[in-house]
Amino acid sequence: MADQLGPVSERMRDSFSITHIEACLDDLLGAVLTSRRTASEPAYKLSQLDRTRQEFALHWTGVIAKSNSELAFQFVSHVSQAFSRLDEAGVTQWIIAAMDVYDRDGLYLGSAALRDVDHFASRLVQQRHAVAFDDVVSIMNKFVIGVSGRNLSIEADESAWTDTESIYLPRSVRQFESDRENFELYKSTVGYLLAQSRYGTFRVDKATGVPFVCTEIAKYRNPHKALKIFEAVEEARLLSCLEHELPGLARQMKTLKKAKLGEAGPVAQARELNSVRTGGKDVLDSLSLVSKLYAGNFNPPEPACYQGRIDLEKVRLITQERVESERGKFREELALLTDSALDADDCRGDGVTRESVQVSFTQNSDDETPGEGELTLTIDGKRVAPSENLVQTAKSIIQDFGSIPDDYLVSASTEHYDARPVPPGDGDELPTAHSGYLYDEWDYRRCHYRKNWCVLKELDMQPGQLQVVPQILEKYFYLVRDIRKVFEALRGEDRKLRRQNNGDDIDIDAVVESYVDVIKGEELTDRLLIRSQKLERNLAVIFMVDVSGSTKGWINEAERESLVLLCEALETLGDRYAIYGFSGMTRKRCEVYRIKTFDEPYGKRVKTRIAGMKPQDYTRMGVVIRHLSEKLKQIDAKTRVLITISDGKPDDYDGYRGEYGIEDTRQALLEAKYAGIHPFCVTIDTHAHDYLPHMYGHVNYTVVSDIRKLPLKVSDIYRKLTT
Amino acid sequence: MHRIESQTYQIAQEPYYAAQGNEIQLFESAYRNRIPVLLKGPTGCGKSRFMEHMAWRLQRELVTVACHDDLTAADLVGRYLIVGGETQWVDGPLSRAVRRGGICYLDEIVEARKDTTVVIHPLADDRRVLPIEKTGELLHAPVEFSLTISYNPGYQSVLKDLKQSTRQRFMSLEFDYPEAILEQTIIVHESGIDQINANALVRFAAMTRNLKGSGLEEGASTRLLVHAAKLIVYGISPLDACNASISQTLTDDPEILTAIREMASSLF
Repeated sequence: MADQLGPVSERMRDSFSITHIEACLDDLLGAVLTSRRTASEPAYKLSQLDRTRQEFALHWTGVIAKSNSELAFQFVSHVSQAFSRLDEAGVTQWIIAAMDVYDRDGLYLGSAALRDVDHFASRLVQQRHAVAFDDVVSIMNKFVIGVSGRNLSIEADESAWTDTESIYLPRSVRQFESDRENFELYKSTVGYLLAQSRYGTFRVDKATGVPFVCTEIAKYRNPHKALKIFEAVEEARLLSCLEHELPGLARQMKTLKKAKLGEAGPVAQARELNSVRTGGKDVLDSLSLVSKLYAGNFNPPEPACYQGRIDLEKVRLITQERVESERGKFREELALLTDSALDADDCRGDGVTRESVQVSFTQNSDDETPGEGELTLTIDGKRVAPSENLVQTAKSIIQDFGSIPDDYLVSASTEHYDARPVPPGDGDELPTAHSGYLYDEWDYRRCHYRKNWCVLKELDMQPGQLQVVPQILEKYFYLVRDIRKVFEALRGEDRKLRRQNNGDDIDIDAVVESYVDVIKGEELTDRLLIRSQKLERNLAVIFMVDVSGSTKGWINEAERESLVLLCEALETLGDRYAIYGFSGMTRKRCEVYRIKTFDEPYGKRVKTRIAGMKPQDYTRMGVVIRHLSEKLKQIDAKTRVLITISDGKPDDYDGYRGEYGIEDTRQALLEAKYAGIHPFCVTIDTHAHDYLPHMYGHVNYTVVSDIRKLPLKVSDIYRKLTT
Repeated sequence: MHRIESQTYQIAQEPYYAAQGNEIQLFESAYRNRIPVLLKGPTGCGKSRFMEHMAWRLQRELVTVACHDDLTAADLVGRYLIVGGETQWVDGPLSRAVRRGGICYLDEIVEARKDTTVVIHPLADDRRVLPIEKTGELLHAPVEFSLTISYNPGYQSVLKDLKQSTRQRFMSLEFDYPEAILEQTIIVHESGIDQINANALVRFAAMTRNLKGSGLEEGASTRLLVHAAKLIVYGISPLDACNASISQTLTDDPEILTAIREMASSLF
């Protein structure tokens, strides 16, 4: 864009004229302009801005128009308004946010986000010191694991609350005027919600399996008011528990509370709540105080900023579900232990059965920290060490009930318990991606990632015919023999280092020479020993093979042959390696085909998969690089290499071509490099010199100009690369 | 060649050791019955201190070798050196311990080269001999000699596992961080810190140990707690002491560091 607008010196002087701008806009937005909707009004508004801002606006109009012209029109109509409220960084944030909305929810909402510039601006100003959920979630996650020892999930919601399984936090916190205080509010909220689970706010009634608070509060005529009182009473009780156990946190909470509510509020209410503060050990104490205060028409104080809300209905559902499942789990674990204890005693012959065994489970700990302390299991009067699973389940049960209910301990039978309904798909999958892994994609025009843009699936390569591989081996019989020889020589072997000052044996040559030195009157060296050094090849490599439609024919065959020879070489060498094919069509269907994983041996299955490699669709490389980098990161190796075997530029159906594809691929490769992975590319595209240096770096690629030589070359390249 | 006097290996003063269970009796029985011992446990939980204590208790010399990935059999057994134009045999720590009837403690044995097993195996079964290939000697271990090795099952990679043929020559003692009350006593004894801060430190350690596997390779060891306690006794504020001697020592990851610091600030 800038090129059309004249040299730099001139740009600094004057702003563009309205006619010039209108011409530019006509050019960029032609598709959405009509006789009734012209570029003249936006052009007029733009003409009022200074030159830098005009250029900024025109540049972004161009960028956005590449995604959608209508969106760009909305942008250019509102950009002056945005500049009146925000600085350039703010305006950029406004654009990126709106583009994200557009990507996610479509044009209508995207345009609305652009029109909503005032709202955005005021929110942004507030946000200057706001702390966002995304920024703290992983810290808080660690905090929760550390403090509670349980891996409660933390999720974003409108307000803060807990269902005893997950902790929900607001999407951002901006109540205070400093980042630090806002962060502390997050932390205090987490601490408070943890305290609710830890000190039994939702303790379960053994008789009904429902939390006491749910049944009790429901009995009041005005349950809403009762709940408010309960919240206030519990806040006082929990804070005094925290004061005892996490004094630092309690101090921070009080400071925040005071800053928000002032001294007067809490103090005035303090007297009524004193009894739980000093003597309240239990949620039942709190509930009895609630009934007193409710009768006395107590006016509950303003809730503290970290308190969140209590959702009784959700708590009841989740608790019931958990109680059921844990009860089964506990009894099954216990049955296993009882059985092995009985087997050990060999007392089955005496008519003692599992059902008649007396089991007791005690916990020696102070009352204030349920779930802590050592658990002792006694089966038929003998002390038995509980299994780790049992301890975990027991701790969770004790958190619910305060102790293990008696009926959990009798008649432990190995009935299969109903595991809790597992959400569909693997744990690895993100909730919104039922069908695969989600990856971001880099948009070079926006200089920003498109969030969760690509959906990637991992599939097995369809097996082909078994005889293909032996045929290839026969064809390249001599070459295979040579390759084996070469790679055998590379294998990690012992080497003797001579003339060392430290070693296992005397280096006689060095000693003889040193005699000569001494006779000549020179200094006696201390390097007289031999040390044997072991060379270990500690490296892991993934081959990422292009099976896009363009590889049809010769290329595909050459790739197959290369892989066979490569496998022979690598088997000789003993390096860890994996092979994946990749292709796909559009961002919603990126596919990676397993040919050989790290754990699989090079056997029949792998061989048939190599034989079955068939050309598929397009080449969207960035997402594949990101996926395979993740795999490499999990491998413990000194050197990790990602080798791409490809036939051309990244290319996909939905605009993933040209600069966009290259830049995303480059970004993915940079991410891999930051993670300590060495990317390398072997290509047969003779034009590769134009773009590969930019993507992989000048030394990290090789062009094989003759396809027929690919099988020979690939092993050779690998050898050079790793020695 | 500098000669190390045997007094160096003799432990004169009783090293402080608070037993976690019956490990002292077990070790003593193993020693009397000439069974080699394998100590398992995370770093900084008291394995080396235990060995010092046992050497003192049994009144034997203790030869400790910290194993590393370049440690070879020759490093353990000994080698010829050139001294004044002559070759002279110099015993390695293992041979020295065998000759003197001391206790040889090979710390983190899996780190050593595989060829060290060649010399450990005959010593660790009922033959109790140490063949010195280079001198043609065959050392018979006296009754007082004992071999102890240690390893940390927690963070060893697959490449560095102890082979069954080695493991199955030893009696194993499992070590872990002491229980909270005992750990508190240990910290108080080692540093002279007050009970309240010691208690908070122990709870802080438990929090970091919860993070093992969720971002931390290991939680804070008892040794680190003692360090922190010493700093606190010396006048450093508890938060700074925890940050310097525990949080920063455990990780470099800024996110986990923040989380750990927040835990500390919740406690103190």
